[in-house]
Amino acid sequence: MGAQMRVYKRRIKSVTATKKITRAMEMIAASRIVKAQRRVAASEPYATELTRAVTAVAQGSDTKHWLTTEVERPTRAAVLLITSDRGLAGGYNSNAIKAAEQLNNRLIGEGKEIVSYIVGSKGVSYYGFRGRPVQQSWTGFTDNPTYADAKAVAGPLIEAIKEDTGAKGGVDELHIVYTEFLSMMTQTPVDRRMLPLTFEKSAEDSAEVIEGAIKRGGPEIMPLYDFEPSAEDVLDALLPRYVESRIYNALLQAAASKHAATRRAMKSATDNAEDLIKSLTRLANAARQADITQEISEIVGGAGALADANAGSDR
Amino acid sequence: MAELHVELVAADRKVWSGEASLVVARTSSGDIGVMPGHQPLLGVLESGPVTIRTTGESGDGTMVAAVHGGFISFADNKLSLLAEIAELSDEIDVERAERALERAKSDADAHAERRADVRLRAVTSVR
Repeated sequence: MGAQMRVYKRRIKSVTATKKITRAMEMIAASRIVKAQRRVAASEPYATELTRAVTAVAQGSDTKHWLTTEVERPTRAAVLLITSDRGLAGGYNSNAIKAAEQLNNRLIGEGKEIVSYIVGSKGVSYYGFRGRPVQQSWTGFTDNPTYADAKAVAGPLIEAIKEDTGAKGGVDELHIVYTEFLSMMTQTPVDRRMLPLTFEKSAEDSAEVIEGAIKRGGPEIMPLYDFEPSAEDVLDALLPRYVESRIYNALLQAAASKHAATRRAMKSATDNAEDLIKSLTRLANAARQADITQEISEIVGGAGALADANAGSDR
Repeated sequence: MAELHVELVAADRKVWSGEASLVVARTSSGDIGVMPGHQPLLGVLESGPVTIRTTGESGDGTMVAAVHGGFISFADNKLSLLAEIAELSDEIDVERAERALERAKSDADAHAERRADVRLRAVTSVR
């Protein structure tokens, strides 16, 4: 075997090994998307009912609440960025970070100070490398978030918004940047303002949480509720749960998106490996053919030389 | 007989849904019983057992669920119980709850103790 050919064979072998790994990762990610999607669907009834309840309170009472009141001149905004702990997901993390950067620039343009909260070690290391301050970060659950994780994230955020802006750590607004899972093929990073809540009074005089994760079909006229113990207390208890459920939903969608992005990235890696193997095999075949041709011409040349020498000695 | 539609929903799943004739739950200002035709209500739940008197497809009977915090909302004969954690009494592992209660007592963890206690009470009130 010629030296050229040996080099090709070796490369084919290594690319084949890589292909096996990427194919396995693709299949693992594909099975996880289904699971993650199911969890998003399972969390939906709670989110829907909660949105309904928040809408009902907002409509049924003129209660002023610190989670719903718009600050006249907001000066500090918290931005929660949801990334993943691990890479190998194509542009997933960089797209989410880019969306957060755009939002940050917009908020700074509006004269607000940014307080960063980050989920996922990819986002943490991005901010760490650039030496940007991060108020708080969470890692370790991005692939499989539970409701307890969402609670852990929501707690400090709700605390921060309760505080006065003058005090340490207080914020006026809460934004969240995550990757929305639209379909198997499409996931887009989005930024949403979560707090203060935005209510919209429509013509039918029905209030609706317009930035709710669940879009309800058409305006719905809510009955007049009796509040137990009182509208303020209900709202007090309801709104933190609403924030938690929104964050939970965002975490689940981000997880599903991450798996989908991984699957796509690994699929294209596998395809590339196949292409590479194909072209390397062609090169190896050409090298082998060249080897054979050379050997034949050497034999023919050698035989010719021998025949010439014999013919000379006969004479 | 009039019935009301009940949805018992936890943060990460739908626990139970069906028809019922009476639902008794514990709000922060005391126990409240909701029957069909009740006026629209929105209340804060304490952790405690919720009793559902079932009718219709699921058969006549009494079901108890352990609910840890959450909300009750009722309108148009539809009742939703929202809870971060909710378990039906037949899903509760009694031994585990008892162990959890022991542990919570020895750790003096009031929250965990309350959770385990609610679970156990939900089970015992059925049997």
